[in-house]
Amino acid sequence: MNDERLKNVNLVEAINMALNYSMSHDDSIVMLGEDIGKNGGVFRATDGLQDKFGCARIMDTPLAETSIAGAAVGMAVAGLKPIAEIQFMGFIYATLEHIICHAARMRNRTRGRLTCPMVLRAPYGGGIHAPEHHSESTEALFAHIPGLRVIIPSSPARAYGLLLAAIENPDPVIFLEPKRLYRSEVHEVNDNGQPLPLDRCFTLREGEELTLISWGACIKECLAVVDQMNAESGSHDRIELIDLASIKPIDFATISDSIKKTGRCVIVHEAAKTCGVGAEIAAYIAEHLMAYCKSPVKRVTGFDTVMPYFRNEQHYLISELDIKAAINTSLNASF
Amino acid sequence: MMPHNSYISNSSLTVPLQYISSQGEPLTELGGKNELPDFVNDKALLLQAYRWMSLTRAFDQKAVALQRTGIIGTYPSSLGQEAISVACGMALEKDDVFVPYYRDHGSQLVRGHLIEHLLLYWGGDERGSAFGPASDMPICVPIATQASHAVGIASALKIQQKRQAVLCTLGDGASSKGDFLEALNLAGSWHLPVVFVINNNQWAISVPRHIQSGAPTLAQKASAAAIPNLQVDGNDFIAMYEVLTEALQRARQRKGPMVIEAISYRLSDHTTADDASRYREQDEVDKAWKNEPIKRLQNYIFQRGFWDKNAEGCLQDDCQTQIEKSVMAYQRIEAEQPEAMFDHMYQSWPDVMDDQVVECGEKYKRNFLTPEYQYSGLK
Repeated sequence: MNDERLKNVNLVEAINMALNYSMSHDDSIVMLGEDIGKNGGVFRATDGLQDKFGCARIMDTPLAETSIAGAAVGMAVAGLKPIAEIQFMGFIYATLEHIICHAARMRNRTRGRLTCPMVLRAPYGGGIHAPEHHSESTEALFAHIPGLRVIIPSSPARAYGLLLAAIENPDPVIFLEPKRLYRSEVHEVNDNGQPLPLDRCFTLREGEELTLISWGACIKECLAVVDQMNAESGSHDRIELIDLASIKPIDFATISDSIKKTGRCVIVHEAAKTCGVGAEIAAYIAEHLMAYCKSPVKRVTGFDTVMPYFRNEQHYLISELDIKAAINTSLNASF
Repeated sequence: MMPHNSYISNSSLTVPLQYISSQGEPLTELGGKNELPDFVNDKALLLQAYRWMSLTRAFDQKAVALQRTGIIGTYPSSLGQEAISVACGMALEKDDVFVPYYRDHGSQLVRGHLIEHLLLYWGGDERGSAFGPASDMPICVPIATQASHAVGIASALKIQQKRQAVLCTLGDGASSKGDFLEALNLAGSWHLPVVFVINNNQWAISVPRHIQSGAPTLAQKASAAAIPNLQVDGNDFIAMYEVLTEALQRARQRKGPMVIEAISYRLSDHTTADDASRYREQDEVDKAWKNEPIKRLQNYIFQRGFWDKNAEGCLQDDCQTQIEKSVMAYQRIEAEQPEAMFDHMYQSWPDVMDDQVVECGEKYKRNFLTPEYQYSGLK
């Protein structure tokens, strides 16, 4: 086993490491997307890969997202493992017909005769002062589609392990990368080819009094709040932090165990509130865990507005204070 | 078989390629310039084509009748387009990849699909797409999306250094969609081994060809992607088969993609749920019947002495017998158990959603109470 511990790896470098590892070990893996070749992707996620693996496996496509998704479906059915990159999530909507009508259904509609093992990667989310259409979080669109898996990593190590798992998975996976975290922090990542489990969430901090659930870039603020509150709490850690990571399917077993212990829940997501993934978690708690709840579930989410352009995006994005306020409200509330 | 004419590079072709008249006479005898290809002397091949076209039509008639009596669901007849469909099926090699749309029953039959499996699909059962050649795509309903898949498959074949070709069919309506135009662009840019056949049957449900596009031909849309293209009389099996054979051979030899516009006519309604009398004149349909492909080929093989009335009678009887047997086989196939809907959503259904499978069983018991009912479990 290649055990190569690398210190100081940021999230986008971890993505690159996972792609590099996978392509080195499986000849059937190909990548296609806009500017992913010589340019190495606009965020450099594919930097150096075309030099190493050649133009036949790292394909710069014409500027046509529908074709990227549709061709990936064809490649997957024909025995390749395509990893398609959509440059920004704001341009992913042209792929929906292929993802929803074909990728997600191929196995089912042919009763397993044909399958569609592909990964659709896209950077998503706000907070990087990007132009219009470059900041949205619409993971719930994909989470709603039967047959898809939706994965969002929130650290370099989880990005590495979850992307490996997504690539190994025999079904279509939507892999959304929180671009605000691409270069915000560095961690040690072990380039050992070990995938992390899909459809499991990660308990990042254990605590006794409240379960905080989030995913993607918001994990950064959640961690800061939880570490501060737990440090201040003295005798025991108060807040449990769960990184959902698998947006579809959702690991309700872990969530359930946590809420049975804490009796309180705050959900944080950057996406708009209505029909966001937080609503699904809240509905699950209402259906199955009401008897354990000491206070109503609280959501901290984006508004049901268009994501403001960057001059005002800070009024939309979730801050540490927003999270702290919600946690305190929940801790002080009762039925 | 290598065709003797090279229409691919023949830019002077100003009318759709055609060899035999609607009465089945060789056009050369009527002053035409294009010499008939050699394979017209291959009696077995022409009879094979004629048999498949006849079976396709008989199946169509039966399928429409089965829909009318509620035995299958909505069905799109391919009446009048049998030459296109059967030529596609016959020109493909076994290990080529066929990427069909929903009016390709003839090709599917030639490719080895059983009639009962076609009925299974149109009877609302996913298992209808579980059979057929291992690499062929199931028929595609979302218009023109199959064109993108075809370029993906062709690209995979190229990367895998395989020598097969991909054949993708679509209708005249689909030629207006972005997916098709993007697929042409990619196929041209990447020089892919894919052939597109536009079945131009003049009608996209109620929208006639002239509203579909201002382009004089649909084939010429490929010119913008530098893909060779031509129009063929889609009711002339001989022309269709020749051009398809050449285009596919060209693709296998890595000479790039090609677009064939097959001119035909949709003699039926769009589907059994449609009533074409609301939007088109019967006169037009009556005229189109004079050009239909089966009678044309029949006239030709009669003239060549390949066929006679006795053989025709036997063929019609054979088709009916085969279809009746298949309908009975179809009707013996029981529906899957309700929980089968979970079986193929993922390679294995995520255990975190197991409660839904249990709920499905309970729902079934509640709504269709049968005390002995027990699901055999997820695979």
